[in-house]
Order: sequence, then C-alpha cells, then structure tokens
Amino acid sequence: MKVGRQSWKFNNDVYIQETATAVGPMEAQGPLGQYFDKKYDNSYCGKKTWEQAESQLIRDAVEGVFSKTNLKEKDISVVFAGDLINQIVPTHYTFRDFNIPFFGVYGACSTSMESLLLSAVFVDSDQAKIAMAATSSHNMTAERQYRNPTEYGGPKPDCAQYTVTGAGVALVSHTASKIKIESATAGIIVDAGQNNPNDMGPAMAPAAAQTIKQHFEDLQIDENYYDLIVTGDLAKGGSPILIDILKGDGYNIKDIHDDCGKLIYGNDQPVFSGGSGCGCCAVVTYGFIKELLKTKKVKKVLIVATGALLNPIILQQKETIPCIAHAVALSVVE
Amino acid sequence: MIFLKAFIVGGIICAIGQFILDYFKLTPAHVTCSFVVIGAALDVFGLYDRLIKFAGAGAQLPIMSFGHSVMHGAMEKSEQLGFIGIGMGMFNLTAVGITSAILFAFFTALIFKPKG
Repeated sequence: MKVGRQSWKFNNDVYIQETATAVGPMEAQGPLGQYFDKKYDNSYCGKKTWEQAESQLIRDAVEGVFSKTNLKEKDISVVFAGDLINQIVPTHYTFRDFNIPFFGVYGACSTSMESLLLSAVFVDSDQAKIAMAATSSHNMTAERQYRNPTEYGGPKPDCAQYTVTGAGVALVSHTASKIKIESATAGIIVDAGQNNPNDMGPAMAPAAAQTIKQHFEDLQIDENYYDLIVTGDLAKGGSPILIDILKGDGYNIKDIHDDCGKLIYGNDQPVFSGGSGCGCCAVVTYGFIKELLKTKKVKKVLIVATGALLNPIILQQKETIPCIAHAVALSVVE
Repeated sequence: MIFLKAFIVGGIICAIGQFILDYFKLTPAHVTCSFVVIGAALDVFGLYDRLIKFAGAGAQLPIMSFGHSVMHGAMEKSEQLGFIGIGMGMFNLTAVGITSAILFAFFTALIFKPKG
C-alpha cells in the first residue's frame, strides 16, 4: 500500500524467498568472499568478451536461485532486471534464454533496490506470484563505457571507485521465509550540482539523504527503528557527507550506517575509495546482509542503493550529475 | 654528469604532471595535451633546445618533447617554403614516433588480450 509521498508499506506478507550471487576474482578474494555463491578466478568468466562475461554472471545467479528452490522459469511471473551497460545488453542477452515476462530497468547503481522495490510492489498487490529482481555490473564493461578501457592505464585519483564485478538475483513472493520485505521508498532525482565523475560520493549523498528522510517521514519512524542502514556505494567519500546532511535534518545514523562499497573490499585491495556499480549493492545485500538477517545479527535493515544518472557525453556538455536513491527495508521473521 | 641531469629534469617534469593530476580535477589526457602545447611553446624561443642540451634524454623522453618536435619540424620547413611549410613540416620529425606507436599498438592488440 502506498504511504506518504514516496513509500510503500507491504502489509500482505512479502518475503525474499531466495537469492543467489556470482562474483569475479576481486570480490571473491575480499572480506565477504565466503558469502557469494559462485566465484570466478578471472574476469572473463569463461567467456570471450567482458560483456559476455557479465551476461554469464547474471545467468549464474538466475540458475542459482532456480537450483536452490527447484523452481523453473515458468514459475516466475515477472522479472525486473538491469545493469550499467548501454541499452542494458548484458541483461537482455541473458534473459533471451529465459521465457519470463521481462521489464528492463535502469537506475545506474540504484538498480538493485529499484528492481527489488518493483518486485515487492507487484507481489504485494498480487500482480505477480513470484517476481525476480536481477542486477549486475562488471568492472571492465563499466570502465570501457564510462571512462576508458582498462588497458588505457590512466592513473586514477584516490576518490575514484572500483566497479564491482558481480550479479545478484532475488526471488520475491508470499512464500514465507526468514526475510520479510517490510516497506520501500522510491527516490526522486536529486541534482547536487556536482560534476566530477571521478568523485561520485558528494553527488550521490544528497539523494540518499532525501530518500532516507522521506522514508522516515512517510512511515512515521526514525533512525532508532533500524539496526543497520546500509548504502549501496557511497564508499569512503560519500558516507561522511550523508551522515552530515542527515544530522542537519535531525537524524543521527552514524552508529548504524555502513556502505556496501566499503564492506565488499578489504583495505589491502587496490580499489581507491571503495566499490561501486549496481552489482555492489546486489551481491552484498543478497549474499552478506541476508546472512546477517538470517543469523539475527541484525533484525531490521534499510538498504539504500544510490545511482548517478549521467553518461560521458552529457558531462562533456558541461552538465552536472543528477542522482537517485531507492530504499528497501528488510526484517527478520522471529 | 649527464645521467644525473637527465634524471633530475625528467623527474621534475613528471612530478609536475603528478602534481596536476593530484591537486586539480584534470584527467591524464589533459596533462598530456598541455605538456605537448608547453613543449611547442618553449620551442618558439629555443628554450626547449637549451633544456635538451642540458639534460639530454631527461628532456627528450617526456611528452613535452613531442610538442617541441612538432614545432621544430614546422619551423624548419617554413624556413624553406614559407607559410605553407608550417603545415608540411609539422610531422617530419614526429612521424617515426607516431608510426611506431600505431604499429606497436596494433601488434600488441593482435597478440595479447587485456587481463582487466
């Protein structure tokens, strides 16, 4: 049911029935490696090109949820899926092998929560029996498209981020599981006037703050409701800015805030200020946060995925970077 | 002695490049282009020639010397042919550098696959 300006409260028992993840070598070697289902030791994932590799990651995650649940493609009512690449081709070329009513979505790095939100709304209103949310990103496809092919070798500043190579899929349905989707808040597009594509934190933090603040207002709660508020990829640059903006609004999330971009890589890995890409939030949420909930280490989590809605051409037209943040609240069933 | 001077001058030029990358919101492409332009500008008054005499490879290796070579070739040809010589001479000295870059890049792309 829609509540407030931007949110939905799911009163009809909406659960994450199952998840699956597939990641590349950097993520497999990182601190959360054990939480991912399929791990590759090189970024080609057994394929000839980077885009095919990204498709393979999505395929692995889709087949992962099927094998974990014994469901088949005909059981899935609808799929919401997207990635970072032009025309979301890795997603399309994967789902041409699966006959499921298909909606492609693009939210840049907020795609994981955008697709999860849409899945939850469809299931809550019984427009779908089982909805699938699929998201992926790949370091080399993203670099080639947004910046330069990695073999260009241009040095990057410390505030840059490292796009995660990984895909995450979630199945949403009324089938009871340990993880309930309580509510969700859709973002509005927020432009903070930033124009540096190598420093996305300051651009995305205001969007995350707007969504979190609106989430609290729409649902009439505050930060004490949650054990953990985790953002998708603000990383080391954007997290402090988010905490500051929310402090100004009267919310102190310092002790309960963390970021998928900070969690997925270790301090010894060469990833500048942390992970990014829509696969980042997807694999961390569907692999690691899910386990935290299942083992009751946290009981109520708000996942806020942030996306920067730019492309390289528009930036050259002296434009700034508008961003969006979508939030989904997960809780453990007691 | 020339080794020490080459080391120091080459190092200073590269340090300037790193400084620009670290403290200004400019890309490596910006640094490359500006260095070429600076090298060309310094050749106008023969300053870069003096730097090459002083530091040898330390001034010839960085991309600044590419701008210097472009300018040098243009000036040489224009002394023979006048105004039109500028266009004809620009790539005289730099041709071998450009051709090598293209050839090496081509063969590298044929043989190797990027690891990412």
